[in-house]
Amino acid sequence: MAVPVAFFAVFFAYPVAAIVERGLHTDGTWQFGRILDVLTQSDIRHVLWFTTWQALVSTALTLLVALPGAYVFARFDFPGKQILRAVVTVPFVLPTVVVGTAFLALVGRGGLTDDLWGVRLDTTVWAILLAHVFFNYAVVVRTVGGLWAQLDPRQEEAARMLGASRLTAWRTVTLPALGPAVAAAALMVFLFTFTSFGVVQILGGPTFSTLEVEIYRQTSEIFDLSTAAVLTIIQFVAVGAVLALHAWTVRRRETALRLVDASVTARRPRGAGEWGLLAGVLAVIAVLLVLPLAVLVQRSLDAPDFGYYRALTHSDGGVFLVAPIEAVGNSLEYALAATAIAVLIGGLAAAALTRRDAGRFVRGFDALLMLPLGVSAVTVGFGFLISLDEPPLDLRQSWILVPLAQALVGVPFVVRTMLPVLRAVDHRLREAAAVLGAPPWRVWREVDLPMVRRALLIAAGFAFAVSLGEFGATVFIARPDNPTLPVAVARLLGRAGDLNYGQAMALSTILMIVCAVALLVLERLRTDRTGEF
Amino acid sequence: MNNKKLFAAVVGLGLVTLSACGSSSSDSGSTGSKTVTLVSHDSWAVSKGVLSDFEKKSGYKVKVLEDGDAGQAVNKAILTKDNPQGDVFFGVDNTLLSRALDNGLFQSYEAKGADTIKAGYRVDGDKVTPIDTGDICVNYDKAYFTEHKLQPPTSYDDLIKPAYKNLLVTENASTSSPGLGFLLGSAAEYGDDGWQGYWKKLKANGVKVVDGWEQAYNEEFSGSAGGKKAKADRPLVVSYASSPPAEVIYADPKPKTAPTGVADGTCFRQIEYAGLLSNAKNSKGGKAFLDFLLTKEFQQDMPLNMFVYPVVEGAQVPAEFTEYGPQAKDPETMDPAKIAEHRDDWVKSWTSLVLK
Repeated sequence: MAVPVAFFAVFFAYPVAAIVERGLHTDGTWQFGRILDVLTQSDIRHVLWFTTWQALVSTALTLLVALPGAYVFARFDFPGKQILRAVVTVPFVLPTVVVGTAFLALVGRGGLTDDLWGVRLDTTVWAILLAHVFFNYAVVVRTVGGLWAQLDPRQEEAARMLGASRLTAWRTVTLPALGPAVAAAALMVFLFTFTSFGVVQILGGPTFSTLEVEIYRQTSEIFDLSTAAVLTIIQFVAVGAVLALHAWTVRRRETALRLVDASVTARRPRGAGEWGLLAGVLAVIAVLLVLPLAVLVQRSLDAPDFGYYRALTHSDGGVFLVAPIEAVGNSLEYALAATAIAVLIGGLAAAALTRRDAGRFVRGFDALLMLPLGVSAVTVGFGFLISLDEPPLDLRQSWILVPLAQALVGVPFVVRTMLPVLRAVDHRLREAAAVLGAPPWRVWREVDLPMVRRALLIAAGFAFAVSLGEFGATVFIARPDNPTLPVAVARLLGRAGDLNYGQAMALSTILMIVCAVALLVLERLRTDRTGEF
Repeated sequence: MNNKKLFAAVVGLGLVTLSACGSSSSDSGSTGSKTVTLVSHDSWAVSKGVLSDFEKKSGYKVKVLEDGDAGQAVNKAILTKDNPQGDVFFGVDNTLLSRALDNGLFQSYEAKGADTIKAGYRVDGDKVTPIDTGDICVNYDKAYFTEHKLQPPTSYDDLIKPAYKNLLVTENASTSSPGLGFLLGSAAEYGDDGWQGYWKKLKANGVKVVDGWEQAYNEEFSGSAGGKKAKADRPLVVSYASSPPAEVIYADPKPKTAPTGVADGTCFRQIEYAGLLSNAKNSKGGKAFLDFLLTKEFQQDMPLNMFVYPVVEGAQVPAEFTEYGPQAKDPETMDPAKIAEHRDDWVKSWTSLVLK
C-alpha cells in the first residue's frame, strides 16, 4: 500500500497542488474569490455543462455498442479473434490529429456516410460521440470481457434448468456478476471522455469547447493561471463526485463469484441468433474501427513502391536529427518502462485493496487512484515542471519522467481491471491456504495470481497502449534526437509538403502495427497452465 | 499491512527514486559548464553538421529541450524562470514578446553580430536577439483558380468579395499562431475598431474556422497533399509564405512550379527572438550559443530546416524560397507592446463574433 500511496502523492497530488497553489495563492493570500468569479461566467458554465453532457452520452453510447462486443469476445471462438482483440485496441495509441483525419474520411466531406446517404457529420456533436466510441470500444471489451470470459456459464445454465427464461437467467445471474466490471468500464470511459481534448477540437470544430480545452487555453495561450487553477478545481470536484457515486454503487455489489478458466468458456456460436450476433458485432467493428484505420493505411501507400516508407529511413528531412523510423525504438522503450511501473504500482494497490481488513481509508484510496484520468494533462504537466525541479526529485530532464507520467494513466486501468476479479476470488480459498501454512506472498501466488493473471495481462496490454500513444508527457523532454512515434507524427503533420504528410501516414501505420503486435505478444504470454479451480 | 510488505514497499520506492536521481544527475550536465542547454518549441530544427561545427569550435555540448508549441514553451519558461530548464530560450515571437519581457524571462546580453541584423528586425534593449522571420499569409491553390478562370485574391479586401465566397479556411485565433497572426494582420489593416466589421463580412462570406494549422492545411485546403486525398474544397488557407517552397522541396519527384501560391497583400510578419535566460546555470555557454545563432552558417541553414527567413545582412536563402515563396513586400506589422495590450480582448471578441 505504501508504494502506490507514495507514487500517487509524489507524481500526482504534489505537482497538481503546486500548480493550483501557484494560480490561487498570490501576494501571500489565497484568492478564493476567484472561484466565484469564474463560476459566475456564463460561458464557463456552458463549457462545464457541455463537458458533462457529452461525456455521459459518449459513455452510454460506448456501452451500448461495445457490450455485445464484450460478450462475443468472451463467449465465442472464431478465427482471427486474437488479432481482432488487438486491433480494437489500436485506436488508443493513435495521436488524435491522425484519428481526426481518419474520422473525417468516415463522416466528413466525401466520406462514407456522405457517399451513402449524403450525410456529413463533421463539426456536429455526432462526430465527437462516434469518435469517443471508436477510442473507448476497447476499454469496455477489455474490462468487461475479461471478467465475462471467466464467469462460469454453468450457473446460468442451472437457472435455466430451474425454469428461468434465457433473459431472466441472464438478468438474475450474469448481469449482477458483471455489474462491477461494467461500472468500472463505464467510469473509465466517462473519465476519458470527460477530459477529451483533441477529438473535440478536431471533429467538433472550435465552436465546441470542453473543460480540458479551456484549461489548456488558459494555461498555454492566455497564461491566466488563476482561472486555470479554478477550472482544475472544478474538474476535480466533478470527477470526485462521479468517483464517489461509482464507489457507492459498486461497493454493494462486489461478491465472490465462481471463476473458471477463460479457455473453457468460449465456444463456437450455435444457431442463427448467435451467428447473427457475431456478424453484427463484426460489422460494427469493421465500419467503426477498421475502416478509419484502413483510410490511414491506404494514404500511407499512396506513393509508388512504398515511397513514404522509404523516406522514413532518411534523416535528411530536416524535421529530425535522426531517421523518423528510429522513433519506433524510443516509443517501445518508454512503453515497456511505463508498463512495468504501472503493473507494479497497480498490482500492489489492487492487492492491498482486496484485503479483508482494508479499512475505510484504503477503500477511499481506491477512488483516488482514478483521479489522474480525470485531471487535465496540461495541469499535471505544468505541475511537474514547478514541483519536480529540485534534488532529490529533479526529474525535469530525466527520461524516467516520461514513463512515470504515462504510468499515472496506466495505474488506474490496472487497478480497475484487476479489482473485480480479485474481489470475486472466494476469500475462503486464501484462508485455507493460510491455514495450511502458506505465507502471504505464497497465498497470493497460488490463489490470486492464477485467477488474476488474465486480468493482469489485459491491464498490462492497456497500460502499454496508453503509453505508446501518449503525447503530453513526452513533449516535456522531447529532444530532436529521440522523438517517440506520436511526437514524430505530429511534427511531420506540422509541415507543408506531400512527403511530410505521407510520412506521417506511414509512421501512423507503423504505430498501429507496433501496437497490435505488442498486444498479441502480450496475450501469448499466457502460459498454458490452465488454472484448475 | 504487515511489516514485511511495508519493508518491501519502502525498498521498492527507494529504488525507483534512486534510479531516477541517478539518471537525472548524470543527465544534468548543465551544472558542469561544458553543456549548454537550449529550450525551444517543437519547431526547432538545425542540420547536424552545423550544430556539430558549433560544438567543435566552442567546446560546448548542446542539449535541446523542445517544450510543446510556441505559447506553451514561453509559458513554461516563465513558470520556471527561477530555476530554468536551460540557458538559452529560442522561439518567442512578436505576439508573445511583451509577456516574456514583462515577466523578466531574460537577462541582458548583446550577441556578437547584432550589428549585422537588418534594421527592420531590431528591437530596443538587449534582452532579446531577433533570429528569424516569417510571414503568415493566405495561400491559394493554383489549380483551382486556373480551372475556374478566377484571379487569386491579393488583399484583405478581396477576401470579402462575392467571387471568393466559401473559399477561405483559417485557424482558431485562440489556439493557433497562424490564426492569431491573421487576426492581428486584419487589425493592423483596418485599425483597432475596424477589424470587427471586417470579420463580420468575412463570416458572411463563408470563412471556415478550424482548430489548428494541421487541420486547415492538411484536411481543408485543396492545394495540399492531404487535402487532395481528403477531397478538400477550400482553395484558400491561412498559412505561411514559406509553405509553397515546402510543397516543392517535399515532393517526389519535384514539380517544375509550386502547386500553391501566396496572396501577397494578406501577410502579417512574425519575428522570432532568442535570449539568455535569467538565472541560466551556464551563462557563458549560453552567450556563445546566442552568438552562434547569428552566424551566417546558422542563418543560412534555417530556411530548409525551420522554413523561416534569416535576419542578418548577406545571408543567402535557397533558390526555392526566392522563386516560390519570396518574403512579402509590404507585410502588416504590429508593435509587441500593442499586441500585449489588446491580444486577450481581441481574441475574446473574435471568438464571440466568429465562432458563436
